[in-house]
Amino acid sequence: MARAVSRNTKIGWTIAAWAVALLIFFPILYTIITSLKSEQEAIAGFDLIPSFTLESYQTVQSQNNYWRPFTNSVILAVGSTLLALIVAIPAAWAMAFSPTKRTKDILMWMLSTKMMPAVAVLVPIYLIFLRTGLMDTRIGLTVLLMMINLPIVVWMLYTYFREIPGEILEAARMDGATLRDEILYVLTPMAIPGIASTLLLNIILAWNEAFWTIQLTTTNAAPLSAFIASFSSPQGLFWAKLSAASVMAIAPILVLGWFSQKQLVRGLTFGAVK
Amino acid sequence: MATRQTQGLARLMRAPAIILLFIWMIVPLCMTLYYSFLNYNLLNPGMTSWAGWFNYQYFYSDPAFFEAIGNTLILVLGVLFITVVLGIAIAMLIDKPIFGQGIVRILVISPFFVMPPVAALIWKNMIMHPSYGVLADVARFLGVQPVDWFAQYPLFSIILIVAWQWLPFATLILLTSLQSLDTEQMEAAEMDGAPAYSRFLYLVLPHMARAITVVILIQTIFLLGIYAEILVTTNGGPGTASTNLTFLIYRAARLNFDIGGAAAGGIIAVILANIVAVFLMRAVGRNLD
Repeated sequence: MARAVSRNTKIGWTIAAWAVALLIFFPILYTIITSLKSEQEAIAGFDLIPSFTLESYQTVQSQNNYWRPFTNSVILAVGSTLLALIVAIPAAWAMAFSPTKRTKDILMWMLSTKMMPAVAVLVPIYLIFLRTGLMDTRIGLTVLLMMINLPIVVWMLYTYFREIPGEILEAARMDGATLRDEILYVLTPMAIPGIASTLLLNIILAWNEAFWTIQLTTTNAAPLSAFIASFSSPQGLFWAKLSAASVMAIAPILVLGWFSQKQLVRGLTFGAVK
Repeated sequence: MATRQTQGLARLMRAPAIILLFIWMIVPLCMTLYYSFLNYNLLNPGMTSWAGWFNYQYFYSDPAFFEAIGNTLILVLGVLFITVVLGIAIAMLIDKPIFGQGIVRILVISPFFVMPPVAALIWKNMIMHPSYGVLADVARFLGVQPVDWFAQYPLFSIILIVAWQWLPFATLILLTSLQSLDTEQMEAAEMDGAPAYSRFLYLVLPHMARAITVVILIQTIFLLGIYAEILVTTNGGPGTASTNLTFLIYRAARLNFDIGGAAAGGIIAVILANIVAVFLMRAVGRNLD
């Protein structure tokens, strides 16, 4: 706002905003704090100051074989996103730069596939995975996650590519650029930021996917979302250990997420809100 | 630039994505439709036979089905109400001139990046556990009996968790919309002596209408499929008190091995989702040109 605001008003709003923000963040903060406590401390009642022990982190890593689900998460999230990009970049490119009468219909149809509830195809996907030996394999789940996110990837890329001005291409052509030069030196540098944003958002979405990962894995290919869900059974549940496992599962994606606020709005609203 | 050559190339570039999505959409859906007319149980696969409409009738006559539909609606509407109302309030608060706006934004947005099983377990154990949770500590501090949230108010507890996860999404989109509001118009209204509530009612709210619509529609799509939060907290119970349609179908398919029944439920879920989808497509499609 352009007009001057009195200092007291600003301080008042600041206190209110910080109070709300801390309240919303509190469950995450308290989990981080609990992860730094010993098990006895963790159930000893409300306390915001832990003893800063890394005991729980060590236990989770040594006893629960944390690194396998972590590796699976990385492979599934990055692998499915890269696969989706390989298929989506040419498609979005074609739709943005040589649109036909049907381009809009195709885009809307792609969006509509995203509306299909996962549970509606649980039965056939489960049976296909069971019969083809894809159950609990990374490759099966990677391809599945790629299909789930493909519509969003195409859409996001399309909205970014569409913003690249066509005049630039004409100017390059006038200067004698070949198609190869055009793609390599004019379009690619302008498309990179959009591709990077799409990559980021889809890694986040794939990392946090928790329906198919729980349905289609047991141990070998189980990523963190399925690994953490297995903690819901009461045996062996310890507060500090659970907190440490949770923090390790969300930390990488939380940090990535902080960098992708803008892309989040754009990607998840299919360009309807900018 | 639309020479015949580039058109051909464009078609080639589009084809893989379209073909893949077409297969992905049509093949499993047809299989679900087919299975929904079979008596097919994985425990007894030799006895598979044609069932006609039996699975649908069975689903329809099951009291758990209507309870699940009801729970699905309460879950979706409850979360929508909380996230939209609080989302508007928080977006307006963050939009005010405040110190450390960047950090406030980061703190508010964070729950969205917490994967569903982690979010549910954090709330179940750290916050709402009847003996070790923070809310129990608060209750003891106030001298009242701690509440056993998931036993006494299972559906409400799940609504609370899911609302916490989606509040950042609503807030962020509404904030984005709020920031594109014409400040000169607001100042003019203020100088003309329009009180705060009428500025909100006649300027801010109409401006945000589109963003609110988008939030409602997109959240509905995701909220119809709530699964992991139920699995790790109440497991659908007590009884079927917190079973939604997604969870009911999961139970039929994976715990009762009733392929035919689960498929029929899946088709019903598709119909429900499509009703919502029609509205969303209209809202998004208008913005394409």
